[in-house]
Amino acid sequence: MRAVLRRLPPLIATLLAVSFLTFLLTSLLPGDPAEQILGPQSATPERLAAVRAELRLDDALPVRYVRWLGDAATGDLGRSYRTNQQVRDAIIERLPVTVQIGGMAIGFALLVAVPLGMISAYRSGGPVDRVVTGGSFMLLSIPSFMMALVLILVFAVNLGWLPATGWTRISDDLGQNLRAALLPAASLAVGELAVYTRLLRSDMIGTLQEDYIALARAKGMPTFWILLRHALRPSSFSLLTVVGLQVGAVMTGSVVIETLFALPGVGRLLVDSVYQRDLIMVQGIALVVAVSYVLVNFIVDIVYSYLDPRIRHGRTAART
Amino acid sequence: MGEPRLEPDPPLIEVGPAELDDDGLDPLRPGTAPPARRRRQGVLFWLAVGWLGVVVFCALFADVLPVPDPNGQNISDRLATPSADYPLGTDGLGRDSMARLVHGARVSLTVSLTAVVVGMSVGGTLGMVAGFTRGLFDTVLMSVINIILAFPGLVLLLVLLAYVGQSLSVISLVIGFLSIPVYTRVARANTLAVAQREFVLAAHTMGATKLRLLFREIAPNVVLPVMAFGLVAMGVIIVLEGTLAFLGLSVEAPAATWGGMIAEGKRHLHSSPHVALIPSAAMFLTVLSLNFAGDILRRRFDVREANL
Repeated sequence: MRAVLRRLPPLIATLLAVSFLTFLLTSLLPGDPAEQILGPQSATPERLAAVRAELRLDDALPVRYVRWLGDAATGDLGRSYRTNQQVRDAIIERLPVTVQIGGMAIGFALLVAVPLGMISAYRSGGPVDRVVTGGSFMLLSIPSFMMALVLILVFAVNLGWLPATGWTRISDDLGQNLRAALLPAASLAVGELAVYTRLLRSDMIGTLQEDYIALARAKGMPTFWILLRHALRPSSFSLLTVVGLQVGAVMTGSVVIETLFALPGVGRLLVDSVYQRDLIMVQGIALVVAVSYVLVNFIVDIVYSYLDPRIRHGRTAART
Repeated sequence: MGEPRLEPDPPLIEVGPAELDDDGLDPLRPGTAPPARRRRQGVLFWLAVGWLGVVVFCALFADVLPVPDPNGQNISDRLATPSADYPLGTDGLGRDSMARLVHGARVSLTVSLTAVVVGMSVGGTLGMVAGFTRGLFDTVLMSVINIILAFPGLVLLLVLLAYVGQSLSVISLVIGFLSIPVYTRVARANTLAVAQREFVLAAHTMGATKLRLLFREIAPNVVLPVMAFGLVAMGVIIVLEGTLAFLGLSVEAPAATWGGMIAEGKRHLHSSPHVALIPSAAMFLTVLSLNFAGDILRRRFDVREANL
């Protein structure tokens, strides 16, 4: 609990700074913000005046920021001037899709990366390790949308096992939902998988040289037990941090993947809003995405301190 | 080990291989990489450099190379498979894939080179100064940078493009601007390491000014690792531009881009998968080559890993 409290002030400072940056985006626009928000076609003098009055653009910048922040904190992110929809509702409607795809992608990636990383660390330099290291290096060079095309080509076009586009809600049909989510999640997982494998491998190589591993081995413990119980946990801390940081990459990837697979997620909403220059919507999405990213990494930090006894007991041993 | 908190460099856009510490050597037998393996790595390295050379050549001489007009449509030959007339086939509008590939290389390279130069010069300088002077400047700069890094890369890029519009120069500059933070971090980390070495201390004791220490002693040792990182970053940026083009948010159509070609090919995935696969292969090979060359150079120049 103390760990949580100690981390709160920097968290709040970061969130405030992030929100300010997001706010600045619409306010530092060249020209009249109202005109930019409405777009050149629909900017009649009356509507301009209406937007100006609604957003109270004549007030000073700090005043507007505080008011905007207050609204955002109570869940009011404004209203799109293109679709007339509440930004909050639009995001809430689409968030489950993005969270499901992203979560499944990270889950898949970990499921494959942990055994691969462990094996290649245990036999580092061996044939399996070379294949894994070389393979993960190649995977890092494949953008997720390219991976998605290959997967669509194989599993949707040639084999016809899975749908290439479309989405079914979990509440409607779980089976169909999973079928629709499988290819997008797998496309996102591939890049993550490579990152995690490489990281776990190099961390675990270090761990396996520790004395307590030698002791466990001397006691005659079976290899898989040593790897699983003694080596995996101390090697997984930086993996955890990177999984948190990589949530950003997954969000980035889901923007493309959702568009490619025609999924009704937040990423696609962002792309559509950018096409339509729907600035209020873009601003709202940017805020939600950045805040979630910061919060995820905050939670990772907390979980981390529970997992690592050295941090849990406040002994920041041998740290310079 | 015994480091309770490893802080990996945060991702530029996505974590590239540079962030992961992987020296590829057997840790149980340090310094005994078999020579046979080193030689094979050499061949791959030159293959990578060779491919990059081809791409650069195509980009430079796209206008004079004997390829047809990248926007010339030949409807009767649409979706042609590779043949003598069309070495790499044609797309859904009957445009020559080879010509579009060659001209697309130009966009990819312009964006990635401009962005890397902007990011590297601004970010590198900031990072070096911050790492050398420490103190208030360092603290303020690093907190600003951490805030910018709180936005997932492509999301911030899309947001900025929504506001400023898209053209080749705007896209290059915005990506360059967005990559400043990562270079700052890389340059700062390297500066911190170099600044503690004996020759810096020696120069300092001999009465060298701070400016001289920074530019004559430290900078030459920071530039190389930052440039090696820049190669890897170029790969990341080519993917990023490809992603934008794939979404139709890069340079306006009908200009040829690799990402745009892949997007066009996606429509014909059922009937003619080669339309999407050929530009994909080109992009993959380019990014792989950049990652590979960058990784090798980084390993060579990394002060933290070099034998001091």
